[in-house]
Amino acid sequence: MDATLISIGLDPLTAKITSMVIISVIVLLAFVTIGGILTLVERRISGFMQSRLGPNRVGPQGALQWVADGVKLILKEDLIPEGADRKLFRIAPYFCLVGIFGTMVVFPWGKGVIVADLNVGLFYFISITALVVFGVLMAGWSSNNKWSLLGGMRAAAQIVSYEIPVGMSLLVPILISGTLSMGGIMASQGWLPWEWMVFKSPFAVLSFIIFFIGSLAEANRTPFDLPEAESELVSGYCTEYSGFRYAVFFLSEWANLFVLGGLTTSVFLGGGNLPGALEGFTILSVLVYLAKVAVVIFVVIWLRWTLPRFRIDQLMSLSWKYLLPGAFIAFLGQAAYMLLTQHTPIVQSIIAVLMFLVFVFVLIRFGLKVRVSINEQRIPVNSPASNVS
Amino acid sequence: MTSALKTEYLTINMGPQHPSTHGVIRFILKTDGEIIYECDPDVGYLHRGIEKIAESVTWQGFVPYTDRVDYVCAMNSNLSYCMAVEKLMGMETEIPKRAEYIRVIVSELNRISSHAVAIGAADMDMGAFTPFVHFLREREHINDLLEMACGARLTYNYICIGGVHNDLPPAFLSKTAEFLDHFEIVVEQINRLISYNQIFIKRFANVAVVPPKMAIDYNLVGPNLRGSGIKFDVRKDKPYSVYSDLDFDIPIGSGRAGTLGDCYDRYMVRVEEIRESIKIIRQCLKQIPAGETKAIVKSTIKPPKGHVYFRTETPRGDTGYFLYSDGKTSPTRLKIRTGSFTGMSIIPEIARGVFIADLVAIIGSLDIVAPELDR
Repeated sequence: MDATLISIGLDPLTAKITSMVIISVIVLLAFVTIGGILTLVERRISGFMQSRLGPNRVGPQGALQWVADGVKLILKEDLIPEGADRKLFRIAPYFCLVGIFGTMVVFPWGKGVIVADLNVGLFYFISITALVVFGVLMAGWSSNNKWSLLGGMRAAAQIVSYEIPVGMSLLVPILISGTLSMGGIMASQGWLPWEWMVFKSPFAVLSFIIFFIGSLAEANRTPFDLPEAESELVSGYCTEYSGFRYAVFFLSEWANLFVLGGLTTSVFLGGGNLPGALEGFTILSVLVYLAKVAVVIFVVIWLRWTLPRFRIDQLMSLSWKYLLPGAFIAFLGQAAYMLLTQHTPIVQSIIAVLMFLVFVFVLIRFGLKVRVSINEQRIPVNSPASNVS
Repeated sequence: MTSALKTEYLTINMGPQHPSTHGVIRFILKTDGEIIYECDPDVGYLHRGIEKIAESVTWQGFVPYTDRVDYVCAMNSNLSYCMAVEKLMGMETEIPKRAEYIRVIVSELNRISSHAVAIGAADMDMGAFTPFVHFLREREHINDLLEMACGARLTYNYICIGGVHNDLPPAFLSKTAEFLDHFEIVVEQINRLISYNQIFIKRFANVAVVPPKMAIDYNLVGPNLRGSGIKFDVRKDKPYSVYSDLDFDIPIGSGRAGTLGDCYDRYMVRVEEIRESIKIIRQCLKQIPAGETKAIVKSTIKPPKGHVYFRTETPRGDTGYFLYSDGKTSPTRLKIRTGSFTGMSIIPEIARGVFIADLVAIIGSLDIVAPELDR
């Protein structure tokens, strides 16, 4: 884009700044849209799981519900509770926003579609998302509400604890690919499922599981949604927020869901890699990537509407007693595994294919179980109750 | 080195408008961080003076009020009161057999729906929203069935002094049988979804243990008492209506996930009571005779002087109605003894030293219903 701007007569520095502003605006809008759409998707999926419809009035099948919700929230009064720390209260949502939106810089949308392929991309990713904890803690502290404070404290404890196993488990993909850059990690994987990072070794599977659990906790998703546990803390750290500031929290939460899916996909699930013959079709690559992200997001939403919530001490013990040692084992095991099999790549490939087959087997067994479960119902689940009488 | 920092307890107000204190129950918590040091329940937000109202309405006129005593299981409240009045009038033997069976069928159906709400609400408090919605969906079926029987979906006013208001519609029995076949499977499915979930068990097991002695000391009743391993059920030990002709078990807690008398035991007793209720209704559907559904009762009744205390087993436990009659058209004194109240009174004892999240579990597992608590 710089080149285009220079060619229309701007000097290089202005061109650089202009192009950065344009890209930022595009990315910001993209993220707002994604966050908004995800709220709708989540509500529709949860409706499906709970034998109800979900929002379906605004636009075709409720497609514009998120716009209506956003407009409503922006038009609402932005209340600041009495006795609140006004400065912190006002600034807190933007920390969350920046923490999530900052990841956009290194977000690999597909092969070669990346704003800045930093050589420390993954590191940057982990660091910038840590800003969220500041926002949450500030919001909890400044609201002058004891429930908010408890929520903020819980969030801080939780996010800080889970960042460690997540960071540790990401060392395995870094070991395998030998780079920290997001593009590099993506390029080190193939397009076939057994060429994905997750199936590269048994330790990669372990680290994937730890990473997935840990990032659920970092994104405050059930079963780790303690900071805003509705039945316990009313609404956690955002109890006192309303209007636009609440919308910002809301948005960054769902954008975080997308970030979670995006990171999982690009690091473990092969990103937007395409078969050799289709190399160069960037749009296709982006679509493949988004499809994978959608699957991951669906799994996360599915978990949210299925599982109950942990208690704070159980949450901590899971992180420190199980996930962190597990991540260490995965890291050391992967190093040993690479050392042992470095001269026999064929063994690596066989193990990868085997693990993929095991995964497929588990998936099929699960599917059959679900089918039996559904078939044994006499009155169909989604039939209106009036059918009885 | 001793720290110069002073720490103090944090006083938090939980309720009356809090998502997990279903209805309007208020707790004043003194906590050390998230650990509860002292929990002080504050009851009375839903007090409507029902017992006082009874003194100014006729004996029959009080039946609709019993619906409101515990609107989650209105049929059982109806039954309690009507049987108490019948005992006071000495007309227990005049009730037609068919009416007794209908009473048992509808009150057991209502027990299922009440337990479904109790279990679902406990799940929802644990952060699992889906099982709650599924249970409410099943409750809709029961509401439809009861609507068939009496035209109302929540406050029925169906059981009356001397029998039931009207006979069941023809399709009711077959529809009920169909529903039970469906529901038996669905309960197991929802159990697989939540009750056997490891996270859920971890949340409920070993939390708020009520040893058998404490349960008796605090006068717990119903599923809360049975959760502590004490086999007492009014339906079995002091049978009323036709319960003595029916074959069913009394599920008790056995410490299956941890300690005897923990939240999980109380929870699972309810799940198993649903199964027993299904068994009871199936037997009733087979045994129900044809015939009258209401004994002849005068429009203005004046029970003889005296007093009576009658207990029935509602989903919240042993519910007792004390009636004092001066031979007039309305009770001179009426007192209702409910299960939620004793359940509430044990909370300060068992909620000491637990997390706030556990208090939510305790409220869920004790199945406290605000209107029954305050009346």
